[in-house]
This record gives sequence, structure tokens and C-alpha cells, in this order.
Amino acid sequence: MMDTILGTINGVDFTIGETILELSYLLSAIFFVVGLKLLSHPESARKGNFYAAGGMLLAMITTILLHKNESGQAIGLANIGIITATIAAGGLVGSVIARKVKMTAMPQLVSFFNATGGAASALVALLEYPNADPSNTGSMLVTILGLIIGSIAFSGSMIAYGKLDGKVGDLTAGYMKYINLLFLILVTVTGTWLVVSNTPVEEMQWAIYSLFALTLVYGILFVMPIGGADMPVVISLLNSFTGIAAAMAGFIYNNQAMILGGILVGAAGSILTILMVRAMNRSLVNVLVGAFGGGGASADQVQGIIKEISVSDASILLSYSQSVVIVPGYGLAVAQAQHVCHELDNLLEGKGVQVRYAIHPVAGRMPGHMNVLLAEADVPYDKLVEMEDINPDMPNTDVVIVIGANDVVNPAADDDPSSPIYGMPIIRTHEAKNIIVMKRGMGKGYAGIENFLFFNDKTRMLFGNAKDSIQKLVTEIKTL
Amino acid sequence: MEDILIYFFTYKEAIFIIALSIFLGIEVISNVPAVLHTPLMSGANAISGVIIIGGIILVGHADVSQLSIELILGILAVFFGTLNVIGGFVVTDRMLEMFKKKKKK
Repeated sequence: MMDTILGTINGVDFTIGETILELSYLLSAIFFVVGLKLLSHPESARKGNFYAAGGMLLAMITTILLHKNESGQAIGLANIGIITATIAAGGLVGSVIARKVKMTAMPQLVSFFNATGGAASALVALLEYPNADPSNTGSMLVTILGLIIGSIAFSGSMIAYGKLDGKVGDLTAGYMKYINLLFLILVTVTGTWLVVSNTPVEEMQWAIYSLFALTLVYGILFVMPIGGADMPVVISLLNSFTGIAAAMAGFIYNNQAMILGGILVGAAGSILTILMVRAMNRSLVNVLVGAFGGGGASADQVQGIIKEISVSDASILLSYSQSVVIVPGYGLAVAQAQHVCHELDNLLEGKGVQVRYAIHPVAGRMPGHMNVLLAEADVPYDKLVEMEDINPDMPNTDVVIVIGANDVVNPAADDDPSSPIYGMPIIRTHEAKNIIVMKRGMGKGYAGIENFLFFNDKTRMLFGNAKDSIQKLVTEIKTL
Repeated sequence: MEDILIYFFTYKEAIFIIALSIFLGIEVISNVPAVLHTPLMSGANAISGVIIIGGIILVGHADVSQLSIELILGILAVFFGTLNVIGGFVVTDRMLEMFKKKKKK
């Protein structure tokens, strides 16, 4: 029945099966759009995720059952067996990883899944290359672009995963800029040559594999120098790469659901990247080339005395305040101090202190990192206040506790034009009545510049591991 | 140049889809609150797993009578694609469940 011919377009017959398949792709595409739309509102987000997943499942099933190649052959039974077994295996592994991994390892996990998508795109492009027509520049272009973007997304995300997991360090040497440029040129030249050479694909096999290897290396080199506070930018950028790579593959198969899904993700990822870059008042090129570091002349001339505070003094100060704002940063995540931090805020609320959290858009290592971290510790999300909304309240705040954040509270961004972070929007903690900074030591932040806040007259430092420090505060406040 | 024009004409529908989806993507997720940055990114990431369709087509029409490098790489593509799709959606749901729980309190 699926093979019944419905009609003819340009001399080619089309069957009921083919029509149903295309209809299902249309439905999937609608599910993707609606799903993404619902995902961007807190009340409907979960439903949106289900819709998108439903669209994906539909497209997968109809493709397996109804897809035909150019000579009109359906997918064979043996092939269906292999595909189903592979999907079952991948689904099992994927859901186990997604369920078992600790919530605090979320940034790594998102990167890892992004890497797998990039790898799939690169492999599809690599395998479709022999079927491409070398005289057709357009189809060569999408195949090669799919390969390049997919492999960069793969190896880049794997490095990002390694960095977030603490397995890979940053490589910030100045010469990386030149090595990266060299590889970028090599990739571009090889890629362009493959697109325009018009040589039979059999003779170009070695070139396509070389390009694959080159781009994998380039992806690694591209992410190696980027680290710390710039991670949210890179992660959302790589996310958009995976989408674009999938869309390129959609071109190869002239598959509208793949094109639409891929481009949607590409556009959404680009927007998020721009949001992150804007939150740091920098340009994307600036982040990628890694111009942070060094610091202006005046940055090293900070004069002032660092004043420490004891746990008991800090406890008294906090207990007798009316309004406390906690500014979390990556240090909170590293110390795994989110639960004890919530305990502290409950304790203070019990004493009638208003406690809120001030969230900087690029605090942490991925977009929205602090929100996920604190949600895991059961902090209600109406207590998390975004930077623009909390800043006007700063002068009326009795105590600000800065936990493991540095550059996002550095007043140099406001008043030192020579500072590399000048112009970056910050949480204006220096306007509060008292500031307690929890820090492991006197090290500089990711940007490698002195933080004027630490030398402020109103600032008191509480040195030590954030988790231990907060634990001590909790114990002390309980005795008060 | 002529090639590009021919390509444009042949794939004009797809190219229209691209142009319009860019605007759609921007429109759909603009003004997303910071709370949802991570789940949105992770959910979008799962959607990019749509590449699995390519993997299915590839393995679906491959010669499975013998084990070739192409077949192995194709199976690998389906495997990675599934990881991306299933892992991505499950982890997004787990995150959102966490947010939801808090809201009711």
C-alpha cells in the first residue's frame, strides 16, 4: 500500500510512503520549533523538551520504515536490525550517563553530548563524500563544510569537556595564536581545494581523510587557549556549530527536517553566544583569540591593605543584618559548597534576614551555570536575582558575601579605563555597606588582574576553602 | 559561479528554509531568562542530534553483507547521534525537573 503511486512531479513518480515520510518531517520540524519556543519559558520548558523529543522520535521511526534511496529501494530488514540495535545501545548508554552523572558535572555533560553530535555530523559528511558529484560545487561545499564544522565541534567539545572536568589545563602561550592561524589556513586551503578541484572522488580519498584529521587537530587547538570565564562563550559557540553541521548534512539528503532543526539550533546557539560575549563587554574575536591577561599599567599599582575577618565576627555581622546578598562564582562550584550555602541562607532567613543571590550572566563555566548549581541545592529560584535587578539595591544591602567570584565583582570594570575588563557589566558589590569575600588565597581571577574590591575599606576577607568557611559560619551562627 | 546559481535553483526550497529558520531561531529564543540558559542550550543540543536521520539513511542503504570500514563508521555515526539525542533530552528533562520541584515549594 505504501508503494502505491500517487502522482508524478517532473516525470518522477511519488508514492504514498514517500508522501507520508515528507509529512512526518514537516510535523517533526513543527515540533522542534514549538518545543524550542516552550523551552524558553520556565512554566512550559519541560513540555517543550518533550515536544522536541517527540518530533525527533517521529522522524527517526518514519525514516527507518519509509525511506527509499534514489533507485527506489527501501531500507533492508538486516539494515533495520543493525540500526535498531545501534539505537538501542546508544539510547541505553546515553540515558544511563544522563541519569547517573552528578548534577554538578552538568557543564561537562552538556559538552560531551555536544561532541557526540559533532562526531555524527562529521562521520556522515565523510561517508557521503564518495557519493558527491565533484562537478557540483554546491553539493561539494555543503559536504566539506559539514565535515569541517562537525569535526571542530567534536574535538573542540571534547577538549571543553576535559577542561570542565579538570582533566585538561589551559594552554595560554602567546604562540598558540600563530599555530591556530596556521591550522585555520591549512583547513581552509584543503577544504577549498576539495570543493573546487573537480577531481573524481576516488582520487581525493586521501585528501578528505587529511582534511578530517586537520580539522580534528584544529578543533583541539582552537579550544586549548580558551578557559575560565570564557568557557560559557565557547560552549554555546560549539553548540551552534553542531547545529550548523547537522543542517549541512540536511542539504546532502535534501531533508527539510534536518535543515530546519540544525539551523534553529545554530541560530539559538549564536544568540546565546552573543549574550555571553555582551555580558563581558567583549567581542567574539577577542574571546577566541584570547586577548585577556596582561593588564593595564595601573592594574598593578593598587595600593591598600587587605583586612581579614574572623568567623565569629562574620557570623555576628550576618546575624544582625537586614539584607544579605550572596554573589556566587565558579569557586562555589569547585568547592561543591552549594548545599551548605543554602543551609546558611535558610539559617539567616530564620533570623529574619532577607537573603538573595545575585547572578552574573557569565558566572561559572556555562551559560546559566549558577542557576543549575543552586537549583540542585534546592534554592528556590525566585531568590536568584539577575545582575540588572539587584544592582539598584546594592547601596541598601547590609552585607554582600562574595563566594568564589572575582572578575564579575571587580570595580575596575567601572572606573579604570586601562583595565582589560573596563566596561564589563559587574555586580556592584562595592556599593554595599559591608563586603565579605570568601577566597582560597590571594590569587588573581581568570583575567589575571588585581581586584580593587579586595582593597576596599568596607571589604573583609575570609580565607579558606569556601565549603569549610561556610560550614564554620553555619556552626557559629547556630550558637548565637 | 554558474555552478552556484544552478545549485541555488536546484535547492531553492532548502535555501529558503535556511534563511527563514535563522530568523525563526532568533525570534523563538530571544528574551529567554538566564535561569533557562543551561536547559535551553542542552535541549537545543539534543535537537542538533537530528543528524541521526542522516546516519539512519546511511546505514539503511549500506551493504551489510560484509563488514566494511564505511559500515563501521556509519554505525558509529548512528551510535553517536543516538547518544546526542537521548542523552540530551534526558539530561534536559532532569534539569527542568529540578527547577520545577523548587517552584512548587
